[in-house]
Amino acid sequence: MSMLHTVNKSPFERNTLVSCLGHATAGSAILLIEDGVYGALEGTAHSDLLRGALADHSVYVLGPDLNARGMTDDQVIEGVSVVDYGGFVDLTEKHEKVQAWL
Amino acid sequence: MSEPWEEEGPGTVKKFMYVNRKAPYGTIYALESLEVVLIAAAFEQDVSMAFLDDGVYQLKKGQDTKGIGQKNFSPTYRALEGYDVEKLYVEAESLAERGLSEDDLLVPVEVMSREALAELMNEQEVILSF
Repeated sequence: MSMLHTVNKSPFERNTLVSCLGHATAGSAILLIEDGVYGALEGTAHSDLLRGALADHSVYVLGPDLNARGMTDDQVIEGVSVVDYGGFVDLTEKHEKVQAWL
Repeated sequence: MSEPWEEEGPGTVKKFMYVNRKAPYGTIYALESLEVVLIAAAFEQDVSMAFLDDGVYQLKKGQDTKGIGQKNFSPTYRALEGYDVEKLYVEAESLAERGLSEDDLLVPVEVMSREALAELMNEQEVILSF
């Protein structure tokens, strides 16, 4: 049973990403949206956290939310896929359930 | 008899600091802070803005909100100078944690240490937190 987890809070402000990663079982997918996109960036105090998750999870980040915040695809941690809204829809369709970490 | 709001007389200027700690767009705080800063500036107060924690993201260059259907209010930070809001302070530690440098910011600011910013907060008469 595959799960898609969404995270919409900055890892600097809330422990949402940490909690999500602590509960997401191997093979589940993680999509970072809204302020959650800051967790996908290279060179921050939380980059290692997400890099560690790449071993067991496919990780995605929503491009329009990145761009709104002045960030570009090349600032994203290697191995994280940037998706658009169509890609978001595809992910929700592909996974049986969605768990939104608020 | 004077009204309560007249007690301090006309022309009273206080040191106001607006403390910005939230990222833009995910919540309304950043935009609301700008609105209130402009009100204080209209009353010719001694206004400064501090950016720390996720607040430093408000000043990130290159914001493009076309994809999320929200107004890009980041150009407003560059217009603040026209309202005599010229004291923008950014905390160095907050930038470093986020892998950002002064070059990533869209407006000239004074980058200072957490310690120096704490001192500056102590000197204020009014602090408003967003």
